[in-house]
This record gives sequence, C-alpha cells and structure tokens, in this order.
Amino acid sequence: MSTTIPMSITVDGERHDLAVDPRTTLLDALRERLRVTTAKKGCDHGQCGACTVLLDGRRVLSCLTLAVAKDGSHVVTADGLATDDGLHPVTEAFLAYDAYQCGFCTPGQICSAVGAIDEARRGMPSAVTADLTGEVTLDRTEIAERMSGNLCRCAAYVNIVSAVEDAAHGTAPRSSTLEAQA
Amino acid sequence: MKPFTYARPAVASEAVTTLAADPDARFLAGGTNLLDHLKLGVVEPSQLVDVSRVTGTAIEELADGGLRIDAGVPNSDLAADARVRERYPAVAAAILAGASGQLRNMASTGGNLLQRTRCAYFADPTTPCTKRDLSQGCSARGGWARYHAVLGTAADGCIATHPSDLAVALVALDAQVQVLGPDGARTIPIGEFHRLPGDDPTRDTVLAHGDLVTAVDLPATTPAVRNSTYRKVRDRASYAFALVSAAVALEVADGTVVDVRIALGGVAHKPWRATTAEATLRGRPATDDEFRAAIAAELDAAAPVDSPLGGNAFKIPLVTGTVVSTLRALAGGAA
Ligand SMILES: Cc1cc2nc3c(=O)[nH]c(=O)nc-3n(C[C@H](O)[C@H](O)[C@H](O)COP(=O)(O)OP(=O)(O)OC[C@H]3O[C@@H](n4cnc5c(N)ncnc54)[C@H](O)[C@@H]3O)c2cc1C
Ligand code: SF4
Ligand code: FES
Ligand code: FES
Repeated sequence: MSTTIPMSITVDGERHDLAVDPRTTLLDALRERLRVTTAKKGCDHGQCGACTVLLDGRRVLSCLTLAVAKDGSHVVTADGLATDDGLHPVTEAFLAYDAYQCGFCTPGQICSAVGAIDEARRGMPSAVTADLTGEVTLDRTEIAERMSGNLCRCAAYVNIVSAVEDAAHGTAPRSSTLEAQA
Repeated sequence: MKPFTYARPAVASEAVTTLAADPDARFLAGGTNLLDHLKLGVVEPSQLVDVSRVTGTAIEELADGGLRIDAGVPNSDLAADARVRERYPAVAAAILAGASGQLRNMASTGGNLLQRTRCAYFADPTTPCTKRDLSQGCSARGGWARYHAVLGTAADGCIATHPSDLAVALVALDAQVQVLGPDGARTIPIGEFHRLPGDDPTRDTVLAHGDLVTAVDLPATTPAVRNSTYRKVRDRASYAFALVSAAVALEVADGTVVDVRIALGGVAHKPWRATTAEATLRGRPATDDEFRAAIAAELDAAAPVDSPLGGNAFKIPLVTGTVVSTLRALAGGAA
C-alpha cells in the first residue's frame, strides 16, 4: 500500500534513478535494486559493520540508512575505491597482509578503514587518544579502537590491524612484492 | 516492517506541524535507533518526518561564553570540535566511548538524547514489557537484569536504564535543551529532560508529541568542567553499552574540593545526577576516603534487583570504584 518515491543516487561513480518504497534501506537498494552487492548484510541491525559504505565521503552503515533519505547523495563501496591506476592502497594492504579469511566482512572493513584513516588525518580523536586536544597517531591501539565497529567472524583481526597500519603509514610490502619474493 | 509514508519538510516549524497533525508519525534523524526498531517491530509509525535536513549542523558560540550545538550535528563532529574537546572534555570523551565510528558519523545530537533503552525485552515484541505497553508486565524483573537500574526505581515496574553516554555528560554539565513544539519554542534543563519511570514508563522524556529538539546549549565552562572526563565500564573494551559510567568534573584547591559534578550512567531510567555525593564532597579534602564516603551516601537509596538470570547488585561496588578512581585521577590532574 505504500507508494514509491523517486530518487537518484550515485554509486561507485554511476548515477542511478529509481523509485523506492520508503522502507527500503540503502543496503537493500544497493543489493536488491541496483545489484551492487559489494556491501554485505551481516546483522542488518548496526552491530557488525559488514554493510559499511562511504556516503558523501564518510563511513556509515547502509543497513540503518533509509535510501529515500539519501536522495542525491554519493555512495562509494569497496568496489568503487579502485581507479584506473589500480587498487586502493587500503585494498592492496589487505591483500598484502592476508587480512581476511572468508572475505565476507572485507568490503565493510576496507570502507571502514578508508574512513578511519581519513578521520585520523583530520585530527578526530578516539576513545583511546591519550590527549583529547593533542595529535592523533594511528598506532595499533588506535586502529583497533577505530575499527571496533567491524566484526570479523573469522577473527582476522591481527592482520586487519596490520593492513590498516600499513595503509595509513605506507610502510609495508605490497602484494606484488610479496609474490615476487615467493 | 509495516508500510509508512515519508515526508521531508523544508524547515523545522513545518516538521513540527506535520508531526503534530499525525499521532502515529515519528521524526527521523540519523535513523540508527529508529531503523533498528522499525525492523524489530518495536515501533510501527504511519509516517516518518525526516528532520535530518532541517535541524542544522552548526556549533556556535553563545554570548554567555557557552556553545550552542544544533540538533543535527553528528556525534563524531561534536566529539571532534576543538572547542568542545578543550572546554568540555567530558562531552567529547562520552561520545567517543559510545557506539562505533560509523554510528557516530550517522547519529545526531538530538537523536542521541531520544534513543530508547537497550533492555533486551523492550526490543523483543514477543516478550511482555511495560515500557512498550502499559497493560503488560516487566520481563526484566526475574529475567536478564544485568544492565538494569538500581536507582530511582519503584517496587515493581520498569527497571530500564537510559543508554546514552552523551546525555550523562550533558547532565553533569547542566546543559539546556532547546525545543520547538506546536506552541512555540522553550528551553528545558537537561536534568529535567529525561524522566524516571513513575506511573508511565512508556515516556522516556518530558517531550510531548510534536516537540522537536532543535539544539543543546552548553553553559560557559568552569575550572571544574575543563578538568572533566567520562569513564565507562562495559563487558568488552569497545562498541558496547555501559554497565555503569560516570561523567565527573572536579576542581581542587589546596587539597580541598572547590567544585564537583558527578553524573552516572547505567544506573537509572535517566542519567543520574549524583547531587548527594556532590553536596557531601564540596569543601571536603580531596582524598579517597572522602570520595568513597560521598558516593556511598549517594548509593544509600540504591535498590538492586535480584534475578536467577543475573541481578545487578554488582553495580554498587562497580559505581563506587568507578567514581572514586575517576575523582582520584582528576584530583591528580591526570584523568
Ligand atoms: C550497535 C549499536 C551500538 C551503540 N552503542 C552506543 C553506545 O555505546 N552509547 C550510546 O550512547 N549510544 C550507542 N548507540 C546508540 C546511538 O548513539 C543512537 O542510536 C543514536 O545516537 C541515535 O541518533 P539518531 O540521529 O540516529 O536517531 P534516530 O534513530 O533517527 O532517532 C532516535 C529517536 O529520536 C527521535 N528523534 C530524532 N531526532 C529528534 C529531534 N531532533 N527531536 C525529537 N526527537 C528526535 C526519533 O523520532 C526516534 O524516536 C548504539 C547504536 C547501535 C546500533
Ligand atoms: S525493564 Fe522496562 S523496558 Fe525492560 S522489560 Fe521491563 S518494562 Fe520493558
Ligand atoms: S549489516 Fe549493517 S551493521 Fe551488520
Ligand atoms: S574474513 Fe570471514 S568474517 Fe572476516
């Protein structure tokens, strides 16, 4: 009985015009309507982070977002982070560190990491930042805290933290280098 | 999910009129609490009135030296604001202690204050809950009551706690809530904003249907407030709600407590301002013994609930330890 509402949304650089039932979440709009299945549905209640996307540049949970409320916005999923020059440095780091097992949480982890690194660069503190008014250094403790909204049932956490640390500081070997060494 | 219609008013007054005209309509802000409850069937609104584009996203200086935080300011931006971090550290610390990076980016200042309890039975429409339906009983009594209230409860009825970390800090700092209602604008002191369950646990706050929170005002900071923090104790180190928490501000001179503010989370249906503890401490030596005596006086009236599935008597020593150690850290200038 509820009528659909026209809206437009840009996903990974491509603009889509569609009409949605107001009940449709951004996650369902992406997956079921636009067939962009990068973001995953883990819990559908804001508790796991698998559905994380970048909405107008900020990391958010698409399962707790109503699609219609985001008319006109820009969404980037883990897929859309790649450019003609190759994979995003965060994605590269996840490969280099083997920061996954089944991979279900990975698209959300990568979007979350991109958002978290950006937040730290802008000086935004976290619960473990020793001096609230001081500088932010993305060490392992900071990364674990800032990534705590992304659960991994395979418990790949140790390597996820390493991957994010590398991506933030650009220190570790790339997958291509690792392969060359193998 | 039951069907609902969606409205996106252009200005705040239109949002209020639209909501007031429909008794089953609800405001939608970040959606992080409301969407969850729509999916669970905890609320079944006829209409969502989207206020995310009308409530404003500015943090502005007030003439009296305070700050006005628009209701639309995301939690993450509020915690990151340089003025808030420097002048009201307990506010930034409280927000950062809650939810996750993604949720804090989505959650609004207004929605945070209006979030509903995390009582598991409240979120499950298949179990009786007085807060959802006054004609039903309370499943938490005799059930899973680990997260529930020890202060401000009645002999029976709802023992839910208010889940917001931010609200606890705002209560300690005497913030003022700006509200636009069908009859115009008014200001509500945050200490009077959230309710004890009394005879109507369905109401968390004193707001009436159609009342829109438009901003939260922080009063000018003080030496105690500059020396404030938020400590949260929970079942895991991050991304979990509080078992107990404390927002504490302290000014000490020559070893004596000059000014102190204490608000507790996770202990009552509303953020609990520990006025008895504050009055006991003012003018006293800043020592562990005095801190302990003050919080003991506050907890004198506590009534923990016993339950085969886990009661909450552990909150008494937990609150005591949390408040004493936080006061000690602030007295030493290192919270
Ligand atoms: C997994 C998870 C973990 C969380 N952990 C924490 C935590 O540790 N600590 C914590 O404090 N919070 C936590 N939260 C809760 C989160 O902080 C709240 O959901 C959020 O602050 C609500 O804000 P919102 O803008 O999304 O509100 P919405 O979900 O949009 O709205 C919530 C309620 O407020 C009403 N409302 C919204 N804006 C206004 C307004 N301006 N005036 C009047 N009414 C309004 C709505 O009608 C609705 O009833 C968690 C949430 C999740 C999902
Ligand atoms: S404690 Fe309150 S919210 Fe929880 S079941 Fe009882 S009445 Fe419902
Ligand atoms: S699917 Fe969105 S947080 Fe789990
Ligand atoms: S890799 Fe399997 S859930 Fe994270």
